[in-house]
Amino acid sequence: MTRLNVRKTYKLYINGEFPRTESGRSYPVKSKGGDLLANASRGSRKDLRNAVQAARKAQSGWGGKTAYNRGQILYRIAEVCEARAGELVDELRGAGSSAAEARKEIDRMIDRWVYYAGWSDKYPQVFGSVNPVAGPYYNFTVPEPTGVVGVVAPEEPALLGLVSRLAPVIVGGNTVVAITSESRPLPAITLAEVFANSDVPGGVINLISGLKNELVPWLAAHMDVNAIDATGVAAENIAAVQQTAAENVKRFIHFDAGEIGWTDERRSQSPYAIFEFQEMKTVWHPMGM
Amino acid sequence: MTTALETKERLQPGTASSAILWEYAPSIEAVDHVKIAPRYNLFIGGKFVEPHSKKWFATINPATEETLSEVAEADAQDVDRAVREARRAYEKVWRKVAPSERAKYIYRIARLIQEKSRALAVVETMNGGKSIKESRDIDIPLAAAHFFYYAGWADKLEYAFPNRNVSPLGVAGQIIPWNFPMLMAAWKIAPALAAGNTVILKPAETTPLTALMLAEIIQEAELPPGVVNIITGAGATGAALVAHPDVDKIAFTGSTEVGKRIQRSVAGTKKKLTLELGGKAPNIVFEDAPLDQAVEGIINGIYFNQGHVCCAGSRLFVQESVIEPVIRKLRERVSTLRVGNPLDKNTDIGAINSRAQLEKIQELVDSGLEEGAEMFQPVCNLPTRGFWFAPTFFTGVSQSSRIAQEEIFGPVLSVLTFRTAEEALEKANNTPYGLSAGVWTEKGSRILKMAQKLRAGVVWANTYNKFDPTSPFGGYKESGFGREGGMHGLGAYVTLS
Repeated sequence: MTRLNVRKTYKLYINGEFPRTESGRSYPVKSKGGDLLANASRGSRKDLRNAVQAARKAQSGWGGKTAYNRGQILYRIAEVCEARAGELVDELRGAGSSAAEARKEIDRMIDRWVYYAGWSDKYPQVFGSVNPVAGPYYNFTVPEPTGVVGVVAPEEPALLGLVSRLAPVIVGGNTVVAITSESRPLPAITLAEVFANSDVPGGVINLISGLKNELVPWLAAHMDVNAIDATGVAAENIAAVQQTAAENVKRFIHFDAGEIGWTDERRSQSPYAIFEFQEMKTVWHPMGM
Repeated sequence: MTTALETKERLQPGTASSAILWEYAPSIEAVDHVKIAPRYNLFIGGKFVEPHSKKWFATINPATEETLSEVAEADAQDVDRAVREARRAYEKVWRKVAPSERAKYIYRIARLIQEKSRALAVVETMNGGKSIKESRDIDIPLAAAHFFYYAGWADKLEYAFPNRNVSPLGVAGQIIPWNFPMLMAAWKIAPALAAGNTVILKPAETTPLTALMLAEIIQEAELPPGVVNIITGAGATGAALVAHPDVDKIAFTGSTEVGKRIQRSVAGTKKKLTLELGGKAPNIVFEDAPLDQAVEGIINGIYFNQGHVCCAGSRLFVQESVIEPVIRKLRERVSTLRVGNPLDKNTDIGAINSRAQLEKIQELVDSGLEEGAEMFQPVCNLPTRGFWFAPTFFTGVSQSSRIAQEEIFGPVLSVLTFRTAEEALEKANNTPYGLSAGVWTEKGSRILKMAQKLRAGVVWANTYNKFDPTSPFGGYKESGFGREGGMHGLGAYVTLS
C-alpha cells in the first residue's frame, strides 16, 4: 500500500503567525486544468483589521532599524528563497506554470529581493538633499516611510508580481498588509513561510488571501492605512478604490506593468518604486556661534 | 491701527506689568502709487477677456470692508476656454521652446516681481488684510525668489531624476488659497513652467488682485499667450477646473475637506494630483529651551499672518516644569502685539481675511470656552469696520477638545503640557494632520530624535515658520501629499520614463 501524503493547510500570515481566517471560510483554488489544488483561506474584514493592527504595531520598530539591518533582512529573504526554490517552483507549477517558466519566475523573484536589499542604505542618499536656503539655517530633507501600506497583488505573476510591489515598500521601512492573487494565492502563502524564517519581524509583512471584491474596499477604507498600491485591482474597480482612499488622503499608487513589465527590469524595479511610499521630511535649524 | 496709548489701556492690571510699552507713531504705507483697475476680466490666452458668465463680483479690503475692484466669475465655459488655450499653447508652442529659453522667461517674471515689489506688497495687504511688514518682507520677496530658483531648473531637469527621461505632464490646473495669494501663485506656477507645462491658475475668491497683477507681469514678460492663464471665481470655478477632462494635473492648496473632495473627483482619471492641506502643528518647548527665544518662536508660529497659516504652530506643548514662566512671558509678549491697520508698518496683526473666516474663528473660540479652557486675550481697541480678532491663547486645554483637534486658521493658540519627550511625541502625533512641527531645546541629540519621530513634513527646530524656495514643503497623512519647493517640488510636474 502506498503512503498517503500529508496535505498542506494554507492559512493567512498575520503578525508573524499563521492563523486561520477568523471567519472560518475557505474557497477552492484550482489549477489551470480545473483540478482542486487546495482550499485557501477566504480572509475577512476582521482578518484585515487584525493585519493592519499588527502592521501598525510593527512599523516604528521596522522603520527604526538601521538601513544596514533592513538590507540584510531583505538579503536573508533572498537566501532562504534560494534554498527553498524547489518548493516555490512546485507551487507555481501546481498553479499552471511550466517548469521552465516557474524556475524563471523564482529566479527573477529572488534577484528582485537582492536588488532592493541593496537599495536600503542608498535611496536616502539619492532622494535626500541638503538645501541651500537663503539664511543662517542648516536645512536638510530626508525620506521617511509613509507608514502602513496596503498592497493588492496582481493576479499574475503570482509571486513575482507580489514581490515586485512588496519589496520596495518594506525596504523603505513601511509595513504591509497585502492581498494575494485571488486566483493563485498558494505560492504567496508558501512565501510567507520564507518570511517567517528570514528574521522579518512579525507584523512587517502580513498576507491575506481571499476574494478581492470582499477585501479591497475595506483595505482602501481603513483609516490607519497610509497608502494603497492598487496594482492588482481590476481596471473597472480602480476609480472606486481611489475614491474610498480619499477618506484619509491615502497615497494611491497604481503600477501598470503592461505586457512585459514584470520582466523588464527598467520598468518593474527601481528606486522610484521605493520613493512612492516615502514622505519627504525637511528639518530646519539655525546656525550660530 | 493701535497707538501706544491704546496698548497701555488694553493691558489688564497685573497681567503684564513688566512688559515694556513702546511708543509708536503711525507709519502708514503710501498707496498713491498703486493702480487698481475698477474691473478685471479673465486672463486667458495672453489677453484679458470678458467672462462668458457676464458676471463680476466685488473684491474688498477686509480691513475696511471697502470695495477695491470687481473681478470676473469664470463659469464652466470660461474654464473650458482657458484649458483649450493652455492645451494649444502647450502643444504648439511651449513644449517646443528650448529649456534654456524657458528658463529665461521665468527669470524675467522673477525680475519683474522684484521691480514691482512695493505695489504688489501694498495690494496684497489691501486685498488680504495681512500686515505690510509681512507682505513687503516675506510674501513678495519669496515669490520672486521662487521664480528665480525654478527658472534655473528648466534646463537641468535630468539632474533631478537620475536614470530617467523627464517629460512635462501637459496642462496643469492650480487652485490656491487666500492666505498667501502671491506666494502660492509663485509656488504653483514657477515649478510647473520650469518643467515645461502650461497652467491655469485659480486664485482664491477673496484675494484675486495680486494674481491679476501677476497676469500683467506675465504679459510684460512676453510669455507666449496661453502658457499661463489666470481665472477668477469661487468654489464652482475650481470644481470645473478639477473636473475638466483635458487637464493633466491638479495642484491644490487649501482645506483638507476640499482636498478630499478633489481626490475623489480625480479618481479613475489619469490626472496627477498633489495636495497641500490643513494642519494642527505641535510646537514643543522643553525645559532646557532658551525661553525668550522660544516665546518669540511661539508668537511667530501662531500669530504670523493672523494665524491664517496651514503650518501654524497652533498646539503649544510646554514641559510642565517651565509652564509658569512660559505662560507669563507669553502673556507679556502677546500684550505688546499691535493689532490694526495692515498698512501701518508697525502692525503685527492685520485683518482677518473675511467675515466667514472671522465667524469660523469665533465659533471655535466659543467652543474652547464651552469646553472649559481658560482664555487669555489682551484688551484690544479693534477698529469698528473690517474683520478683526485679537491674539488669543487658551490654557487648560484637553487633548480631545475641539481647539486642540481642529484647524482654527486664526490667531488662536492652544496650550497643553507634557512631562516626558515620549509623552510630547505621543500627543504631538495624535492628529490626522502632519504638515509641520516645532521643537525647542538646547540638546542636539534630542532635536534630531524629535525631528525624526515627529510625523510631519517640515520640522522647525529652535525656529519656526521659515520658508525658502530650495526647501521642500508639504505634509504627511491628511495634510496632503507631494512637495513644493526644492528639487522635490519638480516631481509634481513631470512624468518619468
